Amino acid sequence: MEAEPHLTPEALPAGIDGVLVRFALTPEPRAMAAAQMLAAELDRQAPPGVTEIAPGLVSVLLRFDRGTVQRAALAQLVLTRARAIAADPPALPAPARRWTIPAGFGGEHGPQLAEVAAAIGASEAEAVEQVCAADLRVLTIGYAPGQPYLGLLPEPWNLPRMSALNPRVPAGAIVAAVRQVVMFTADSATGWRQIALTGFRAFDPARSEPMPLKPGDAVRYAPVAASELPALIASGDGLGGARLEVLA
Amino acid sequence: MSVLQVIRADGILTVQDLGRPGHIGQGLSRGGAMDRLALIEAAALLGQSTVQAGIEMAGAGGVFTVDQPMRIALTGAPMTATLDGAPLGWQASHRIEPGQSLRISGAQSGAYSYLTPAGGLTTPDWLGSRAAHLSIGIGAVLKAGARLPVGTDPDPEAPSRTIAVANRFAGGTVRIIDGPQTAIFSDEVLAGFATTSFTRAAHGNRQGVRLDAEARFTAGQTGIASDMVQPGDLQMIGDGVPYVLLAECQTMGGYPRIGTVIPTDLPLIAQAPPGARIRFLRVGLDQADGLYRNEAQLLREAASRCRNLVRDPAQMADLLSYQLVGGVTRGDELEEMECRSI
Repeated sequence: MEAEPHLTPEALPAGIDGVLVRFALTPEPRAMAAAQMLAAELDRQAPPGVTEIAPGLVSVLLRFDRGTVQRAALAQLVLTRARAIAADPPALPAPARRWTIPAGFGGEHGPQLAEVAAAIGASEAEAVEQVCAADLRVLTIGYAPGQPYLGLLPEPWNLPRMSALNPRVPAGAIVAAVRQVVMFTADSATGWRQIALTGFRAFDPARSEPMPLKPGDAVRYAPVAASELPALIASGDGLGGARLEVLA
Repeated sequence: MSVLQVIRADGILTVQDLGRPGHIGQGLSRGGAMDRLALIEAAALLGQSTVQAGIEMAGAGGVFTVDQPMRIALTGAPMTATLDGAPLGWQASHRIEPGQSLRISGAQSGAYSYLTPAGGLTTPDWLGSRAAHLSIGIGAVLKAGARLPVGTDPDPEAPSRTIAVANRFAGGTVRIIDGPQTAIFSDEVLAGFATTSFTRAAHGNRQGVRLDAEARFTAGQTGIASDMVQPGDLQMIGDGVPYVLLAECQTMGGYPRIGTVIPTDLPLIAQAPPGARIRFLRVGLDQADGLYRNEAQLLREAASRCRNLVRDPAQMADLLSYQLVGGVTRGDELEEMECRSI
């Protein structure tokens, strides 16, 4: 196995009341896992004065109360934890919650599934099986409220973005690129390929929990027949028949 | 409950407060007023201990009425205001009676102005804030006919006040601190950035504004992972055109960021009208920390810059001693003169 570069976490200022701990500049899988691990650890035991913890793909942002803690002290504390995580080859932390989300793959709901399957050297059925078997986690939420970046799919899924944009994919679309999946919260243009559709709305301001997903949540897609999808999309809670298990 | 009614909306009018912090991890930026200091100054003028929701007016105001006597504050970018045709001072509070027509026209300088009633707007909140967040469909631009509920005025008989404010409505020098990606820019690019004079582009909204210059400022490294962004971040779009992120920015971005505008100077960027000149001064974290004030401190400082508009004899004695006995002036008397109420 090829030796991977050693992770060297840095603690950097992020605005006047923020510290960003970053494991790598580029989206390396090991750095992603380390960021997840650090965020989960900080969530369990937040350092004094920390008001907000937000995991990015390869970094974790902490906002702090300047009246309680000093930037340098917080940076040092978090960097110590980050170095301990980086010293061991990190694995994804055990998830605290798991969502099982019904999804209709291929056909009109996943117009680019065939193209993706060909690119990873699999049949459409095998590609769906790989997505549904993957131990997917919410790596980060962003671009739009509630919108998750999920990963990581197996290495063959390290597909580049398309050179031309998909002019419109619908809300609930599952799109794939660079070993990740994004589940769109609203109709969007994207350079990622649409492989499936769900009735899951990761952002609905009218819901008591407008943004139900949390970074670190496990997500499993359950394939359903195209004919079942309309009823799931129409289901009242906007979660498309998703189930949530609390694991820890 | 009193009501502030929008009779005519000329500019882009939205309800804004200090936004909803604490949701970056869920992809939601804080949002809220583009010029937070202007809302704080409104609270100071109205003698309120917390910052209230008001109407943010972009570019132009409109015509407003009230159904019960109401104190209001006019802050942020100076606009021309009249009450039944008589001019009202800006950076000041005033009392409005039912039947009177408050008319607010275009901004004389700056970009965002605020009409804040005492007691604040009490429109429905979402996640603890009443702020419209237009880019994600929270709240909406106010239209003619909108009737906005207003909270109880804690001190309805309080006299009209005026507040001295620094001129932050015409561009100027903006201080920035290093951010997580400053080091991926070369020293030459950083030096060039520091000596360039930018023009606030016409292109801008509540998510951010573009700054134009001949020079380009590109990062040395490509393929960097997206990470968290926040208001004040200076991101380089395309081949190195700076864009300053503002209240309604995304939470995550992939463009390289050269630094972050310090909170003290962010209102100056938000208020710079198209065409205004902007320069950046890179300061150390220690200096930025020394300049930082939290909202409670800003409110206390703003309160100390307020004084009564109607100069009764008791106040007059105080004013005279303040301006003359020490042999110095505060330097803002002219602004006060312009702000005098009728």
